[in-house]
Amino acid sequence: MSKLHSSQRQHFQFSNIVGGRTFGFVDLAELMAKATPARSGDRLAGVAAESAEERVIAQMTLADVPLSLFLEQALVPYEADEITRLILDDHDKTAFSLISHLTVGGFRDWLLSDLATSDVLTKIRPGVTPEMAAAVSKIMRNQDLILVAKKCHVKTAFRNTIGLPGHLSTRLQPNHPTDDLTGIAASMLDGLLYANGDAVIGINPATDNVQQATRLIKMMDEVIQHYEIPTQSCVLTHVTNTIECIEQGAPVDLVFQSIGGTQATNDSFGFNLANLAEAQDAALSLNRGTVGNNVMYFETGQGSALSANANHGLDQQTCEARAYAVARKFNPLLVNTVVGFIGPEYLYDGKEITRAGLEDHFCGKLLGLPMGCDVCYTNHAEADQNDMDNLLTLLGVAGCTFVMGIPGSDDIMLNYQTTSFHDALYARKVLGLKPSPEFDLWLAKMEIFKNNEQFTLNHQLPDAFHKSLNRMIGGRS
Amino acid sequence: MSQDIPQSNKSFPTHPHASVVTGKEEPVTENAWSKLNAFTDARVGLGRSGISVPTKHLLAFQLAHAQAIDAVHTQLDSGALSKALLEQDWAKDWTKNCPPLMLHSRATDRATYLQRPDYGRRLDEESANKLDEHRASTTQDYDLAIVVVDGLSSLAIEQNTLPFLQALASHINDWKLTPICFVKQGRVAIGDDICERLNAKCVLVLIGERPGLSSPDSLGLYLTWGGKVGFTDAYRNCISNVRPAGLVYQEAARKAFYLLNEARTLKLSGVKLKDRSDDDLIMDTSKESKNFLIS
Repeated sequence: MSKLHSSQRQHFQFSNIVGGRTFGFVDLAELMAKATPARSGDRLAGVAAESAEERVIAQMTLADVPLSLFLEQALVPYEADEITRLILDDHDKTAFSLISHLTVGGFRDWLLSDLATSDVLTKIRPGVTPEMAAAVSKIMRNQDLILVAKKCHVKTAFRNTIGLPGHLSTRLQPNHPTDDLTGIAASMLDGLLYANGDAVIGINPATDNVQQATRLIKMMDEVIQHYEIPTQSCVLTHVTNTIECIEQGAPVDLVFQSIGGTQATNDSFGFNLANLAEAQDAALSLNRGTVGNNVMYFETGQGSALSANANHGLDQQTCEARAYAVARKFNPLLVNTVVGFIGPEYLYDGKEITRAGLEDHFCGKLLGLPMGCDVCYTNHAEADQNDMDNLLTLLGVAGCTFVMGIPGSDDIMLNYQTTSFHDALYARKVLGLKPSPEFDLWLAKMEIFKNNEQFTLNHQLPDAFHKSLNRMIGGRS
Repeated sequence: MSQDIPQSNKSFPTHPHASVVTGKEEPVTENAWSKLNAFTDARVGLGRSGISVPTKHLLAFQLAHAQAIDAVHTQLDSGALSKALLEQDWAKDWTKNCPPLMLHSRATDRATYLQRPDYGRRLDEESANKLDEHRASTTQDYDLAIVVVDGLSSLAIEQNTLPFLQALASHINDWKLTPICFVKQGRVAIGDDICERLNAKCVLVLIGERPGLSSPDSLGLYLTWGGKVGFTDAYRNCISNVRPAGLVYQEAARKAFYLLNEARTLKLSGVKLKDRSDDDLIMDTSKESKNFLIS
């Protein structure tokens, strides 16, 4: 793409002479894209570096860019994109003043240093733009992404408290290909008895309309009330559907929406920022939270902008980070990067999925989001359970807010593999990560955990579930 | 591929005495609720070794994943499939004037195919020439091009193509067909390229769908009226999950024929062509499932 004959004259905003050869980059967008660690989606978009050498030269060049340049040069035009306007209009100069003297490379050093304590990282959040976060992540190794993310503490709450250090929550995801209530209830029971579901019990509906969403919202609400579970429910339907559900009196806990990092991406998803504000207000008006009022649940994923033809020549990781500006505007309870779902056109193999998962988690946390990750893959990606084990472990070390939990890793509705109920217990056990404190007490009260400190499950079926189970399978249980 | 390999967790061993609590420490703890797997394909009640998945369930999962991977990466033997088609009585009319055409997309191999969806949507030069030559060789009007594409599951194509086409054949006696086209490394939209070059009124693409863990053999059908390069999904009608354990052949053929007929009448396809082939079926709401956790 950018291989230029010497006869061609082109203005380079950035250039770098290495070994007698000049490497040029026409603008900040190109520099960012070429500095991005290799992945298939950027190759598909035609924005990736053309050689390993060019990539590192781009990273060296990017390291010398002052952070303040990102406030002067919008990667997507201010006039054309409401997310650019959101990023620049909401930027906090006072918070930024602590890091305004730094270059991208200097920012990495600063983030890794003891100067960047958890408290200081909280202070600078409103001064960090998604583009600054994306830029510094491009020159960070995986261990850097883990180390800094672990220092970023983001606490949210609805019926329980999520994101405390030393904790890991799980979304119980009881999807069923026909939204069959018995099938959904079976997966819910399985998950609860494996101590999962403190982040949210969240269903991707197979039939996506208001009526179906209401049916599923009611069903989950009944279970949560019946067993007095300190958690919240969500049906992952379009934001405009959820607004209608609320208007019709459905017991909505969390509002869901898939979000992207450019206005055109969100146009293709059929919503804008005003819709999200309206939905947030509607959910807040129900006043259903008991310990907090974070009512939004967002999902993101690298590649969504390109797949909607809405990437404005940007690399997919920069687009992804810009989606976090949308998320943080609405104080979400949970943000989930569904990292391996999009397929090998965007993230080819386990290595690319792992890198993207760590980048997304780091950028989200740096920007102040309760960042979780759907550690997952499809059957046409070059990835398997071992890759998922690795990424789950890395994210657990990095202080990831939550992961998914599903029976035996197999989502029979969406036809992909994500982390299982067992996987969450593995992460707890090897890393000592506890569930949300309110949920942890409930697990003890219900006798699901025999020993909360050791994450040991009870051998007996807890009494409270006997009756339901007998009704279903009868006889001896 | 062997037929007797379990493809669904329905065939997982169940445990009639699943909830036995022995009092002594067993390495595997069975779940009292394992029988719930009778009500869902989800892998519920697997039990646990410590907190981990027991060996037999671990390996059953690995087998399902292996089958899905093989479905993606095993090359379609379109030569064998074409030969088998030529031997079918019901296909005699389709093949008597011209044997099936063997085509290839611009994606040279599977790795390229997986990363470059744009290449998979277009024919390579040799294939395009083959079609252009055929078109120039005859003045025949064509109603329908049937295009068989490997897609993401060669297994789906190998297992479902002939039985589905046999079920469809009796419905479309009066349709003038182009030579049957077999395409390797193709995506759905390659049917439009073929439809346009052969100047057929309509194209029906049979393609291997993205394999699920318990459905590595799922066939998809895509219908486009007047397919042309550059058409988006908005111009297509889709019938999904065609396989013995999903939408069975007779049903799939009935739906496909309904859409073909409607498309021919309305001279269009896609979002403006609604599938009302089930409108005469009465929903039985008495079988609505219940939430057993609370009632």
